[in-house]
Order: sequence, then C-alpha cells, then structure tokens
Amino acid sequence: MLRASEKPNAVMAHLPALRVLLRHINCLIPPPRTSMPALCTIRATCHFLLLSPKPRKLHATATSKGPENHALLLNRDERVARNVTPSDVVEKGSTIAAIVTSLGGPPGAVGIVRLSGPSAVSVAGRVFRPAKRSKNNDWKPMSHVVEYGVVLDSEGNVIDEVLAVPMLAPKSYTREDVVEIQCHGSEVCLRRVLRTCLEAGATLAQPGEFTLRAFLNGRLDLSQAENVGRLITAKSVAAADAALAGIQGGFSSLVRSLRMQCIELLTEIEARLDFEDEMPPLDLNIIMDKIHSMSQDVESALEAENYDRLLQSGLQIAIVGRPNVGKSSLLNAWSKSERAIVTEIAGTTRDVIEASVSVNGIPITLLDTAGIRDTDDVVEKIGVERSEAVARGADLIIMTVSAVEGWTSEDTKLLERIQSAKSSTGSLIPVILAVNKIDCNPRAETDWDRGCQSHDIFSKRVFTCAVTGQGLQDLERAVLELVGLDAIPSGGRQWTVNQRQCEQLVRTKEALERLQSSIKEELPLDFWTIDLRDAALSLGQIIGEDISEEVLSNIFGKFCIGK
Amino acid sequence: MATTTLFTLHLCRFGQSFSKKLFSTSPSSDTLLNPHHVTFHHKLRRPNSSSAPAFFRRFSTVAAASTSGEVNYDGIGTADEKYDVIVVGGGHAGCEAALASARLGARTLLLTLNIDRIAWQPCNPAVGGPAKSQLVHEVDALSGEIGKIADRCYLQKRVLNVSRGPAVRALRAQTDKREYAMQMKSVVESTPNLSIREAMVTDILLGKNDNVEGVCTFFGMKFYAPSVVLTTGTFMSGKIWVGRTSMPAGRAGESASHGLTENLQRLGFETDRLKTGTPARVDIRTVDFSGLEPQHGDKEVSWFSFDPDVHIEREQMCCYLTRTTGRTHQIIRDNLHETPTYGGWVEAKGPRYCPSIEDKIVRFQDKESHQIFLEPEGRSVPELYVQGFSTGLPERLQLPLLRTLPGLENCSMLRPAYAVEYDYLPAHQCARSLMTKKIQGLFFSGQINGTTGYEEAAAQGIISGINAARYADGKQLIVLERESSYIGTLIDDLVTKDLREPYRMLTSRSEHRLLLRSDNADSRLTPLAHEIGLIDDRRWKLYQEKQARISEEKKRLRSVRISGGDLAAEVSRVSGQPVRDSSTLESLLKKPHIQYGILDEHGFGNIELSRIEKECVEIDIKYEGFILRQQSQLQQMVTQQHRQLPEDLDYHMITTLSIEAREKLSKVRPQTIGQASRVGGVSPADITALLIVLEANRRKAQEQSRYKIMNAMRAKALEEEVPEVSCTETVSS
Repeated sequence: MLRASEKPNAVMAHLPALRVLLRHINCLIPPPRTSMPALCTIRATCHFLLLSPKPRKLHATATSKGPENHALLLNRDERVARNVTPSDVVEKGSTIAAIVTSLGGPPGAVGIVRLSGPSAVSVAGRVFRPAKRSKNNDWKPMSHVVEYGVVLDSEGNVIDEVLAVPMLAPKSYTREDVVEIQCHGSEVCLRRVLRTCLEAGATLAQPGEFTLRAFLNGRLDLSQAENVGRLITAKSVAAADAALAGIQGGFSSLVRSLRMQCIELLTEIEARLDFEDEMPPLDLNIIMDKIHSMSQDVESALEAENYDRLLQSGLQIAIVGRPNVGKSSLLNAWSKSERAIVTEIAGTTRDVIEASVSVNGIPITLLDTAGIRDTDDVVEKIGVERSEAVARGADLIIMTVSAVEGWTSEDTKLLERIQSAKSSTGSLIPVILAVNKIDCNPRAETDWDRGCQSHDIFSKRVFTCAVTGQGLQDLERAVLELVGLDAIPSGGRQWTVNQRQCEQLVRTKEALERLQSSIKEELPLDFWTIDLRDAALSLGQIIGEDISEEVLSNIFGKFCIGK
Repeated sequence: MATTTLFTLHLCRFGQSFSKKLFSTSPSSDTLLNPHHVTFHHKLRRPNSSSAPAFFRRFSTVAAASTSGEVNYDGIGTADEKYDVIVVGGGHAGCEAALASARLGARTLLLTLNIDRIAWQPCNPAVGGPAKSQLVHEVDALSGEIGKIADRCYLQKRVLNVSRGPAVRALRAQTDKREYAMQMKSVVESTPNLSIREAMVTDILLGKNDNVEGVCTFFGMKFYAPSVVLTTGTFMSGKIWVGRTSMPAGRAGESASHGLTENLQRLGFETDRLKTGTPARVDIRTVDFSGLEPQHGDKEVSWFSFDPDVHIEREQMCCYLTRTTGRTHQIIRDNLHETPTYGGWVEAKGPRYCPSIEDKIVRFQDKESHQIFLEPEGRSVPELYVQGFSTGLPERLQLPLLRTLPGLENCSMLRPAYAVEYDYLPAHQCARSLMTKKIQGLFFSGQINGTTGYEEAAAQGIISGINAARYADGKQLIVLERESSYIGTLIDDLVTKDLREPYRMLTSRSEHRLLLRSDNADSRLTPLAHEIGLIDDRRWKLYQEKQARISEEKKRLRSVRISGGDLAAEVSRVSGQPVRDSSTLESLLKKPHIQYGILDEHGFGNIELSRIEKECVEIDIKYEGFILRQQSQLQQMVTQQHRQLPEDLDYHMITTLSIEAREKLSKVRPQTIGQASRVGGVSPADITALLIVLEANRRKAQEQSRYKIMNAMRAKALEEEVPEVSCTETVSS
C-alpha cells in the first residue's frame, strides 16, 4: 500500500540500464555493494523506506534540503484487494494499436497492425484465431514465433487472413508486449483489422507513441533522444493542427453537441447529488430520452465514418463481362486515359488493369478484367480466374454486355458464375448492368427490357457508349446511389471522421450502451454519471477539455443552489 | 541576523525561566517535566500571567540575566520552549493537526488566540453532507477527531442521497456548537504530549537553510520546533463587513491577527484575499414554527466514526423550512445599492456555492421564492441559524428582511449577518504533504490554503499534523494520492489548480468516487494509519475483526445456494427477474432492488453482522462489476500519472513545451506527471514533451554517474596498480 518515492515501476525501468552498467563494471571489479541489494529487494525497499525511521535529528531541516522524499499512498481498498486475484490488477498502462505500414500510397502487398502494451496479447487473443487452435480459448503465444490464422470481428466474421508475430516484453521495440498482425496490404483491410483491435480494448496510438514508449522504456540510446523529442513534438503538433482543422468540420459540431449534452446531463444529475435538498426532483424520462437520442446520434456519426473510409481508400469497381463487349473501352473512356489496350480481338485483356477515377470526390479504382469465358489458352485461363477473384473482392461490379449482340446465353452463364462467387463470401455485392455499344444499336434501349426482365439481380441498369462517352454520367450516378452516398449533402464532404475520432465514437457508443443497461437494471443515479463521464471524456478528447470544472460551473450557472 | 536570533533566544529563555519562577503556582518540578501535566500547569498559571508578565519579561531581561546564576530551573524552563511541532490556530484544522502530531509521539504545542474558542463553529452548526461526509469518514479512519465529536454532539442526523448510489450517500449532522467546542477542547486538553497556550503568532523563525525553527508571538515569546503548522483560518488580517461598515476582526467579536501576513510575504510567499460570510442568527423563542415544514432526523441514526464507542444515540431536534416571499425580494431589489457587491465597494466575489440572498435574487429573477432552512445551534441556546440567507445588507435592513419570512414575522435578531475578508496563501506554494515548498518544516492547513468548511480544514489538518510530526522525527512525509481518497483529491486540487474562490469539497470533484465511498474509508486508510502509529491496538483489532466478518460473509453468500422457497419468490417479485434453481445468495443480492434486509427477513442473513457490515457486504457484491472496472481504469492511468517530476526542473529551458505550459508549470511546480496534466493550460502534447525531457535527463544523469564510476575505478586501479590478472580473479570469485 505504501510506496516509496521511487516507484517499483521506475526502478524497473532503470533495471536494464543498471544491468548494462553492471556488465561494464563486472569486467573490472565486483559490483558496488549498494546496487546489488537494490536490485534484489525492490519490493522490500518500498516498505522499508517508510518504516525505517532515520536517526532522529533535532535540526533535521539543516540536512534535508533537496528533493522531498515522499511516501506515496496508492489507492488500495483492502476489502477489494481481498476479492481480486492478482491477475486482475496487474494490468498497468494502456495498450495501443496502430497501422505501422504506410498508408495513402499504392497499396503494399502486406500491411502491419501493431499492438503494444501490457494487454497486447489478450487484445490480440480476442481478435486473432490461430489456424492451429489450442484447446482452451486463451491465446498463449510463444515469443518471436510467427503464427498463421485469421482475424475475426466481434460477431465472429473473418476479416482477413493474417500472420501474427508476438514479441513479448522486453524483447520488442517498445520493451512492452508487442503483437504485430500482418494482414493484406489494402487500406480497407488494415483499417478493419485496426478497428477490430480497438473494439477489443486497445487504444489508438498517438502519433509517434510507439517510439515514445520505446524511448521511455529505455530502448533507444541517448544520442537518439533529442531526435525522438523533436520527431514526436513535430508529430503531435501536426496532429494538433489536423485536429484543429477538424474542429471546423461538420463532424466536430456534432461531437461538441454530443459532449454538451453529456455535460448537461451530468450537470442535472450531479447538482442533485451535491445539493439534494435544494433541487426540484429529476425527470428520469427526459433524461432517458436524451440518452437514447444521443446514442442514435453516435450511431449515425459512426455511419459517417464509413463514408470517410470511402473518402480515404475509395471504392473498388470490377468491370466484368464476356470478351469483346467493350470493358476496356469503358475503362478508358471513364478514366479518360488509354490505360487498357483496346483491339477488336476478343481476349486482349489478360491481366487485371487498374485505373483511378474520382466520383464526387470519392476515389474509385476501376478494375478491368479479362473477359470471362471458357478457354483453352493457358494464359487467358489464368486471366479469367483472376477476373472472377477480382469480382469477388470488389465493392461493386459492373457487368458489361453488348447492345449489338443483346443478352446471350453466355451472359446468363457468366452471371451465374458471379452469383456463385458471391454466395461463397456471403456478402451481397451490388451489380450494375451496363449495356455498352448503345450507339451501334439505338433501338436496344427500348428492346432491352423485354430481353432480360428475369434478371432482377441487377441493382441498376445503364446504357453506355464507350466511344462517345454517352451514359457515363448515368453510370456514376448509379454507383453513388448504390453505395448510399447520394443521401449525403454536398456540404457533407468535410464530414470526415478519421480513425481517431472513430475510436472515440466507438468508446462513446460503448459508454452509452453501458449507461442504457445501467438504466435498465435500475442502478442508482450515481452510476449513470460514471458512463456519462466516460462518454464525455471520450468526446472531450477530440476537442480536448476538462470535465469536472465544467460540470461545476454549469451547476452554479444553471441552478440556484448553495446555502 | 543569526546572532540577533541567538541573542534574543537567550534573553527569552532567561525571561521565561524568571517569570516561571515568579508566577508558577504549581510547585512540583515533576509536574513541570511530565508532559501529561503541562496543560494543567498552563491553565493554572494563566490568570496570573495575564496580569503583566509579557511586557515585563522584555524589560526585565537584564535583571533576570543577572540573577540567573541563582536559578536552578533553567533546564526545566527552557525545555518548555522547545517542541517537536507547533500548531498555530485552534480551529478544526489546528485541532486535528495537533492531535495527530501528539498522538504520533511528537511534543506538540497548540497556540491559539483564545482557548475558549477551540474548535468553534462560526458558521453552520453542521458537519457532513455530500462529499464533506466522506472527508469526515476518512479523517476518522486515520483516527482523527471530527467524526467522533460530531457523533457525540449531534442534534439531528440525516443520510442524504440514500437511493442514489453508495458513493454519494452522505451523512449530515446538525451539531450543538457549544457542546462541540467543549468536547473537542477537552480531548485536546487531555491528550498526552499536547500543550496549549494562548498567543498571537506574528513571526516565523527561520534557520540557516530555509528551514523553520519556531515562531515568535506578539508579546515577544519564542517557541522553538523543527515543524510549524499554520492554520490561521479567517484571522490573518481578517476584516468583517456589515453593510458599508468594516472592522478588523477574525470573527465577530474576536480580534484579527496582524503581522504574520507581512512576515510571510517577506519570506517570499504570495498572499491573496478571500471573502466568505455567515447569515444572521435569530431567537428561536420568537419564531412561530406552526406553519413551517418540519425536517426530522433519520429514525435509524448513522455514524461518522468507525469507532463503536461513540455510537451513542441521543434525542434529536427538528429543523424547519421556510421560503422567501415577494416582500423579501422587494426589499432586496430596492436596496441593492446598499450591498457590497452591487454597491461596488467590495470587489471580491463570494463563493459560487454559497451565494448571498441578493445574488440569488438578481441572478435567478424568474424564481419567485427560495428555500430557507432554520437550524438550531444547540440544545441550551436560543440561537437559530438561518441557512441560505446570508447577506451583505446593512444591519438596519437585516431585521426587516428576516421578518418577511413566514414564521419569522415577529422574530428578534441575535446576531447580524456579516462577511469576512482574510488573507490566504494560494496553495500551489505547498507540496502535497502540505509542507511549503519554500520553507522546510513549515506547513499550511485549512482556510489559509483557500478552502472553506470544517471538514476540509480537518482533512488538511490531520495530514499536516502527521507530516509535521514525521518531519520533526526525520521520517519520510506522507502523501495521499488523488486516487486514494477525497482527502487526496482535495489536496491535489488545492496545490494544482488556480483557485479563485474558497474551495469546497463536492462529489463532482472526484473522478473515481465509486471507489472512494464512506463505507470503505476504513479499509482504504486505516491500515496506513496503523502503520504509521496513529491507530491504537484496540481500534486496529476492531478494524481487523470487521474486515474478517465482511470477507467471511461474502464467502458464505457465494457458497449458500437456494432453490425455490419464500426467499426466491420474494426476490423475483421485488426484482422482477426470475430466480433460477440453486442460485447463490450472492447472485440474489446482485439483482435490482434486492437488499441484504430481504435475506434477513427470510432467515438467510447473518445475525452476527452489524448494519454497517451488512451494508458493506451488499455494496461489495452488488456493484462488484463497476468497482472492478473503475479499479482497472485507475490502474492503467496511475502508472503514467504517478511518475515523479524533479523539484528543480527548469521549465523555462524546455523549449518543446508551449510558452503557457512553461509559465504555469514554473509557478505550480507539480510533483508528478498526473498533477502536471491537471494544471490549467498544459496540453497532452506538453505532457509528452515533459516525459521525453525526463527520460533524456535520466539517461544523461545515468551516463554521468557511469562515467564517474568508471573514472573513480580507473583512478583507483592506477593508484593501487592492481595487475590485470587480479581483476579477472575478482570477477571469477
């Protein structure tokens, strides 16, 4: 319970350094007498320092100038301590997570999400399922042994196939337990894995926090210290700037209003706790309604996060179809480039070709694929397989047919192949039917409906002409409608919620959920404040303010209390 | 300077011994030597010494010196002047400080302006209430006195926030203010190692190393001790106001103390002024209570103290509720220019939680009426405290104003309402041990630190008393972390935040209040108190037995299972939740609205447990999930927050800090990272920068010491010319 001025932790942090020192000294003479006992009896000293009275000095003052030595009392409730097994309380310090490979450039083959902190292993254990499953659910990794497996979200759906690299303390970059999850390099993948980690209890790392921890835990040497300082300061300034920029956005006004609502509720409740007999009774129904509407606001803000992800990583659209229906021409026309080679020969496109376009500010990656058909050509066969794989992984599929040839039996077959691909992953990928080469058969527009009425699988149908560019705008509109972005007003483009804000909203959401369950279980009023405070804190971190004083001044400003 | 001090010291000693010889009525030298009887001796001597001796002493020093050769009591006389701890002020902070210090074995001297006003309650005749009651429980868990005295002298007791959660449940006691002061005085008087003396301290005596050596009084007495605790309350340059009229006074009818502020300023302390006030008292016999709403005490009385010895029930008195009327508001609005705040002759604003009636009426104009509480001040006095009715109006308007309240139409006023202005020292000049950062051995507690309230004062008093005694004894000082207690939260706020109004403890100031409940104050703090020697064996045994019973009972509730039966039926009826077969009693207690009482009613309770113990068991079980979650949140936070900051850190040199942070941190000089983060104007980025600097400094220091050791060793090796072979030998051995 009593802690000496030098906390065990701080002593622990010195240990590696001491060890280095000792190693040096060992070469010459045995270690100095004082440092050995210090090493062995860290626990004991904490107790000892306080209880051993120094020889009594009448004029103690004369000698004891200098840093005050304090015995610190940490919160330890004997009644709780008796109940709790040590493993419940040893968890010290937070566990952070972040994507450590670069984002924003062309996607790498592999990306890494890193977890660091005392509960890194348990957080990883919650999201990572090793291929070789042990009997009990706890993941007990061996340090520095790579394990293969999958990352699951909270509902148990597979997010990605990954390698987990556990590096247990102190043999890691930060000298804490570190787990690195190597996933596929696409941004979407990485963000999903990260978000799962955050939901499993990790905190999003501050810019440079891994390096900061490495430094604070004695990992980097002194010559690097100042650089680290400068680096981290620069990063936090950049982050602060970014956050400041965010304050002007549409999102932050929502956050601010959510936070204000939290503070107001806290004010209402806490005023009653401190000034019971001077206040009119609280209307619980109003409070509950407010809490309910707040959680809805958080939900919708989290949906906005989805949009944000699109803003940053964009949509993947696969263009599929029979050979020679003009897929590559469509890609070229849409991206206003000559990205794909276009010939009259069926099967010209063998590999997947990418091109970028921007629709309403959303980056879209168009994927031109080899025409799907049964073929004996080895190279083309591989191309066809790839086309199908791309179609399975895309956010949206544009199935292209030729207006000249009309709907053919091959098209039906192809559709079936796509559909079977869809059912294997379980998710429904919307499909747009693009009737191309409309210029060659202008009557097709009217004839078409009769032709393929049965195929209600298509979410949208547009008529295009890759050569004239006709119908491309319709195509864009169809895309926007399908991914649900048409509902977002034009001003909403600044509505960006980055991953950090998302994390905080997730925390807020959790807090509000707990709050609602507290209300449901009819817990006393004071318990409501715990989660309201949590919610306000999570929201506050975005803007960065303090709560207690705010609640107090609110109470004094709003209510006539005090005797 | 040093020689003068020395000189006066000698003179003083002679003077004292001389006067003692002249005026001492207690002849036995045993009594003089025995600290237990010192108080007695003072009391006996006082009537004599009040006649002349203080002035006489200075003048007579020469004579005294010339005769000193014949005096054999020299040693005895001077021994009386030397103490381990001197506490200045006998209010709620001073009493706790003196008692804690004496109980820790330090020879303690309590200096007060007026012995008859020890532990006086100049304002509210009440102890406790939300957050304040937690402080009282905590002080009691550390073996302080406030809880026991309140338990002994209550007129009425009520538990507030009964159904709002265990952490905010708060006990409030109306107290008999005269009885309270008497009881505390007799405890102080009968405590071994503790002497009392009336004196007005005007100066702090310094040693050579910025350390305190003692105090000097107005009449020229010097008392020596390595630790001095100042608890000056509202007395330091105190000035009371009624309307536009003011006079120097610490409280109505009591003179202020002068000179100390200037001396503290000379020592380099920053001082400032605060204001507070107290409402009028009316004659209870002139009030018509028939139409007023009575407020009764609880039928089942609760206690502040964990010591069952003071749990003695007594008859309770009633409080009453009245309200302001349109006429009240009219008088105030018509005479706003006569109040200090609105008339504009006093700038200092009163505390927000204690607004004057004119403030309430001006700021909340749409409120037609405000509640006013009428509280008796004692069993044997006719005074009635008019709570919620403090005012700065001149006295001639106060009675008409009181008479606008229903029930008080014909009242007579015994004491007018008044405001008091006093000097305080912004508490960032103290460390969390409450020792000042400038002067070693000097401690501040209570209103001098900018707080208000008896409970806040007592809480600081006990900490400074403990630390003053430990400091005098050469022991490490004790700091209660913010997360450990309301006391810790209070002190952390005081020394960290920039306070502009008297600080009152409120539940909303505590972030982790679920862990800082009144029911677990003992299990949080009593082990510490025992460890440092404040809790005696009897209390410790009681404590351990209680904890054992609670823990046994929790074990029992976990193991006893029921299937069906009356209890199950009742539980499912009350909670609205089904009860499964073979449910443990523990799981029943976790259901909504189920209290331990239901177990008792059906014969499943444990009759050996007291009501308080049952409550503890219930709380531990019912809110286990919440408590554990808070605990683990705290653990996570604490690792980072409790990193120590070196005292000599030059914040101005740390260019990675923002300018504002550099200034604020230089001023407050926080002791830990957590404290630094709570200083206004310090951002998370500043904290990161601070962490980096700390680590870099640590590495540099380490490098240097390593370099030194290497050098020393090299020098030694050269000196002794030890051949290299022997080195390897040493290593291998």
